[in-house]
Amino acid sequence: MLRRDFIKIASATTGLIAAGQPWTAFAQGVTNGVLNVALNPEPPGLMIAIIQNGPTQLVAGNIYEGLLRYDAELNPMPGLATSWQVSEDALTYTFALKSGVTWHDGKPFSADDVVFSVDKMLREVHARLRSSLVAVDSITAPDANTVVFKLKYPFGPFLGLFEVGTMPIVPKHIYDGTDYRTNPANNTPIGTGPFKFKEWVKGSYIRLDKNEAYHEAGLPGIDGIYFHVIPDAASRAAAFESGKMDVMPGGSVEYFDISRLKALPKTDVTTKGWEFFGPHCWMWINNRTGPLADVRVRKAIMYALDREAMKNVAWYGFGKVATGPFSTTTKFHSDDVTPYPHDKAKAKALLAEAGYKGETLRLLPLPYGETWQRFAEMARQNLGDVGIKVELQSTDVAGWNEKLNAWDYDLAFTYLYQYGDPALGVQRNYTTANIQKGSPWNNVSGYSNPKVDELFERGAKEPNLTRRRAIYAEAQKILVDEVPVAWLIELEFPTIYRSNITNLVNSAIGLNDGFARAKVTKA
Amino acid sequence: MNRTRFAARRLAQGLVALLLIVVVNFFLIRAAPGDPAAVMAGEAGAGDAKFVAQLRQQFGLDRPMIEQLGLYLGHVALLDLGQSYRQQRPVASLIAERIPATLLLTGSAFVLSLALGIALGAWSSSRVGTWGDSVVTTVALVFYATPLFWVALMAVLVFSIKLDWLPGFGMATVGESFSGLGAAVDVAKHLVLPAVTLALFYMAIYARMTRTAMLEVSRMDFIKTARAKGVPRRRIWRVHILRNALLPIITLAGIQAGQMVGGAILTETVFAWPGIGRLMFEALLQRDYNLLLGVFLFTAAMVVLFNFLTDVVYTIVDPRIELG
Repeated sequence: MLRRDFIKIASATTGLIAAGQPWTAFAQGVTNGVLNVALNPEPPGLMIAIIQNGPTQLVAGNIYEGLLRYDAELNPMPGLATSWQVSEDALTYTFALKSGVTWHDGKPFSADDVVFSVDKMLREVHARLRSSLVAVDSITAPDANTVVFKLKYPFGPFLGLFEVGTMPIVPKHIYDGTDYRTNPANNTPIGTGPFKFKEWVKGSYIRLDKNEAYHEAGLPGIDGIYFHVIPDAASRAAAFESGKMDVMPGGSVEYFDISRLKALPKTDVTTKGWEFFGPHCWMWINNRTGPLADVRVRKAIMYALDREAMKNVAWYGFGKVATGPFSTTTKFHSDDVTPYPHDKAKAKALLAEAGYKGETLRLLPLPYGETWQRFAEMARQNLGDVGIKVELQSTDVAGWNEKLNAWDYDLAFTYLYQYGDPALGVQRNYTTANIQKGSPWNNVSGYSNPKVDELFERGAKEPNLTRRRAIYAEAQKILVDEVPVAWLIELEFPTIYRSNITNLVNSAIGLNDGFARAKVTKA
Repeated sequence: MNRTRFAARRLAQGLVALLLIVVVNFFLIRAAPGDPAAVMAGEAGAGDAKFVAQLRQQFGLDRPMIEQLGLYLGHVALLDLGQSYRQQRPVASLIAERIPATLLLTGSAFVLSLALGIALGAWSSSRVGTWGDSVVTTVALVFYATPLFWVALMAVLVFSIKLDWLPGFGMATVGESFSGLGAAVDVAKHLVLPAVTLALFYMAIYARMTRTAMLEVSRMDFIKTARAKGVPRRRIWRVHILRNALLPIITLAGIQAGQMVGGAILTETVFAWPGIGRLMFEALLQRDYNLLLGVFLFTAAMVVLFNFLTDVVYTIVDPRIELG
């Protein structure tokens, strides 16, 4: 409590100081074409095939590449593959690879690297891709510049699996035949990307240098990047204010600091670059026992929550109220669902009808800092207003994981990425097959409806976009009526940066796609 | 002298203490909810139960607790602190690479706080009741009572953001290739804010303690005797009072010195100083058991060592104290 208050005071004071200052520091802007980027927490490693946490992707997206990139509408663009063809039966995907690409150690890149990466290494170590690769029957390289994926059955989201974080291509000559997780080369990552790993001073910074032999002429547009590890959010904000940082990736500072930083001279903010992830926030509701097993109580929760106010207060206006389980950034969002406006009377009536007797519900906030804490406190207040007793349970990240893994909660905040496709980022949270202890990212609520299972199953295997949309629209309608979870907000993670940096965000994965295309003009 | 016997006994006691610390911590950190495999899978935003089980098996976390403890102690006996689960690197080298930064920060703060604290305390004890004394006492009270991170944030706001005199984070200017004196000056500039912030708190304690101890000693009979036989005022003050007042300060300094290697979690976090305190805090959040135990063991060993050294220093300051 105390610490929070002091940070608030400290932030407020910074605001006062910011008001009448000449800010000579900012005139310097970015120098030498080297970008200084805030990073937190320090990643455990940069081997993106093995480690998929946010900081690793942010740094390693500059070192490694995928076969494809995606624009803001999630349409594929060339990456290491220049073109791709899908067979009539949607079972064979053929990729033509770019020629003349080399690894950072000078060895040539070829189709063998792709086959090894996906078929051997990623199948074993990539926590998320493994489950999608179940659909892949074989991966072959008929020649050095062609890769063919043969599927067991049509898989709707398949063409969306090729960005660098989901399917990074790694060098076969370094990893084949080794223990992937302990290979010493993990400390000096070798990729094909626009920047080369230069040095990592643990606890301080990671330095990447321009790859002079990069396969796209004229890129990268900057000479290098320093990722600075600064563990405290207030200190990160201060580092930007003092002119020492050029780019603050989404999530670097608390939301109450964003508007202040935004007001600084020569500073820009963008919320673009998260379309692929579509961070979707909701409150898990444990559907299994007690009052929450009753759909009327769950609906009452939806009506009780003033999600517009949460967005405006806790998130300072960033984001948008979620109407259901599908993010509007995917191609499958449907508006044809029951709306849940803030309506206390309706909530109370539903609770009375369900016979809710005032049982106390345990609410687990997401331990990601001050903004999330305020968010949870607002939810408690909203629920209290209609007579639902809520007790906040504080944990750290490990404790939060543990409680969700063991289904030991009543209500719990979370947010998940949609990865551009409901078969990748939505299905896992609502189908019966995904009710398994031991993961906070599957169907933690225990909701089960054979009709919904069937729709998701069909949607995943349907290659036709229009038909998929219809299937998913039906699933959304049912889900929103049965309220397995309380959808809250489609989150936005603003990136704050100096105005003399252009084209910083140019794909659906934003900064995770690397800084190759960013340019710096001298201030 | 029985110094050798004393040393041997203290060493044995120290080893027992360390063993207890390892065993207790071993169970204590495993009692916290969540384990490294779950945290790592959680961070990946995916990970089916099978994947997590695979990680647990790889880390040996699927074995019975007692077996894990036995294995760990066996390795520690051979001076092997094991591997960090998360970083897949030896714990010993992870700790070793943080020692210089931590020692520089805590060492500077130690010297600064001790020197300033004793000087201020002694000065104000010789001017009890004057406005100078009141200023020192009040300032000491303020720094003693103010949370460290707040002082740290204020220092950054004023000296780094507003005045732009000193860097507010990190240990060196990243991207500048200074060498020799230039590099030293650069690190020194980065050191000022964190070291002073950390020192202020301890300085306050030393100042208050020195003042109290000196006032107490100055009321004793032997001081009256010294005055009566005409020993010069300065000499009484320096040799008789200060030296006798030093014992409690040495005790405290011994404790602070022992803690130095443990780093300063808050200061290191606010100033992004790459020290052991941050390493420990991050290991705790990530349930990186081996790394956390390694840091605990290392810092506990240092505390034991400094306690021993403190005892030795006692005998030098006050020859009446005997070891044994």
